[in-house]
Amino acid sequence: MPKRIVVPFGPQHPVLPEPIHLDLVLEDELVVDVVPSIGYIHRGLEQLVQKREFTEYVYVAERICGICSFMHALCYCQGIEHIMKVEVPDRAKYLRTIWSECSRLHSHLLWLGLFADGMGFENLFMRSWQLRESVLDVLEDTTGGRVIQGTCKVGGIRRDIGQEKLDEMHRALDPFEQQCRDLGDVFLNDETVKYRLQGLGVISKDEAYTLGAAGPTLRGSGVAVDLRETGYAAYGDLGFKPIVETAGDCYARCAVRVKEVYASIDLIRRAIDGIPEGPLDVKVKGAPDGEYFSRVEQPRGEVVHYLRGDGTKHLARARIRTPTLANIPALVKMLPGAQLADVPVVVLSIDPCISCTER
Amino acid sequence: MGYFEMTRTVLRNLVRGPATRQYPAVPARTGPFTRGHVTFDPTTCRSCGLCSRRCPCEAIRIEKEEKVWEIDRMRCVACGDCVEGCPFGSLTMEPEYFPPVVEHVVERHTITYVKPEKPEKKPKEESAGTGA
Ligand code: SF4
Ligand code: SF4
Repeated sequence: MPKRIVVPFGPQHPVLPEPIHLDLVLEDELVVDVVPSIGYIHRGLEQLVQKREFTEYVYVAERICGICSFMHALCYCQGIEHIMKVEVPDRAKYLRTIWSECSRLHSHLLWLGLFADGMGFENLFMRSWQLRESVLDVLEDTTGGRVIQGTCKVGGIRRDIGQEKLDEMHRALDPFEQQCRDLGDVFLNDETVKYRLQGLGVISKDEAYTLGAAGPTLRGSGVAVDLRETGYAAYGDLGFKPIVETAGDCYARCAVRVKEVYASIDLIRRAIDGIPEGPLDVKVKGAPDGEYFSRVEQPRGEVVHYLRGDGTKHLARARIRTPTLANIPALVKMLPGAQLADVPVVVLSIDPCISCTER
Repeated sequence: MGYFEMTRTVLRNLVRGPATRQYPAVPARTGPFTRGHVTFDPTTCRSCGLCSRRCPCEAIRIEKEEKVWEIDRMRCVACGDCVEGCPFGSLTMEPEYFPPVVEHVVERHTITYVKPEKPEKKPKEESAGTGA
């Protein structure tokens, strides 16, 4: 039997920009065991609910993550709105959906780029980020922030998108979709990409489910769970079918995300078509008294905000479970059997976001 | 199929010139609502303190007696809540990002509003009071 050695991987690693630390137990070049540890960038954001008023905390919630920022704010606001029994106007729901899908687009394009970089396909990486830039421009034009949108608030949204801008976005969607499909074709059909990804980091349907994986990691293994099906915001009106792949390897997870890019474009198109006129927000009076588990589908999977209010302006407790935390056990299962050189690709395939995870 | 998927894109990109903006030769792109930095107008501020209470980062400090309005640019995250909350329109959000700084300085403004208005109001109130 070859001698076992332990190779530390991260938290600073050239391929992986996320501060996760893995102790890889190797036999020659083969990974046989993995011990993950996190805790490098804990910021104590959950504690802050006791110091910030519940309306102010939206800005804090938004800054939990730099990629799914809008969805964190959305999840938090939906939770508070549910506790306080506030019904959000329809236009606000549609705009929330549009911004959520824009965030998903830019997150997935960012990930596709990073993933291509992880595989060593630099050209594809730059192309993905070039496309992502146009999404960020739309976000900046409509909300005022490229990654921190700051448009969600308890009771609705803070800013409207004018009809002119909506039409412009709608017109831009067709050429953008074409570009995304060209990009997606490389990920889905290119032999070199397939050769690198297929059969790598496999996790079966049952394992993914029992380990509580979330998002594309779960759907890549054939489990059709997507919270957008529950119909929060405007997803109920728009109708949505989860995108599922069955192989459970890195290629399947990549394919789920590529297809979700197309699905997001389609959702934005239909949301712009169907957006109703009306007010943007309702006045919120009083303070939250009660508790609620609020759930939203982020690009990386399901995020859960547990919120408990005690009738004062400050919440008593907030607990945030982010998708990456749920995916780490699945990751530990995926890595054994992979070559050392494939470890960055496998780790990236769950789309880790550690600053989310540690809050 | 399958081997030269990327070639078309590569060739197109080769002839198309750079996709990035040539910052800083070309100024950074900003949108109509870009949240760059907060500016303060000392001539209209009535020291109500709402901005300071609303700020989620405690970046604004206000002292009514000394007529001082301070903003800590390193704390401010440009959320725009103070601008929305100011009832007198003293705060505006400008699209330019604030240049990076190396020293932690708090920007201090002296509020110049109150003086002309207050002496006018007080006698009125008093006369109204004595008249009734
Ligand atoms: S923009 Fe936001 S963070 Fe900055 S001073 Fe105003 S309220 Fe505070
Ligand atoms: S800037 Fe506006 S909100 Fe702040 S103290 Fe002055 S008047 Fe009040």
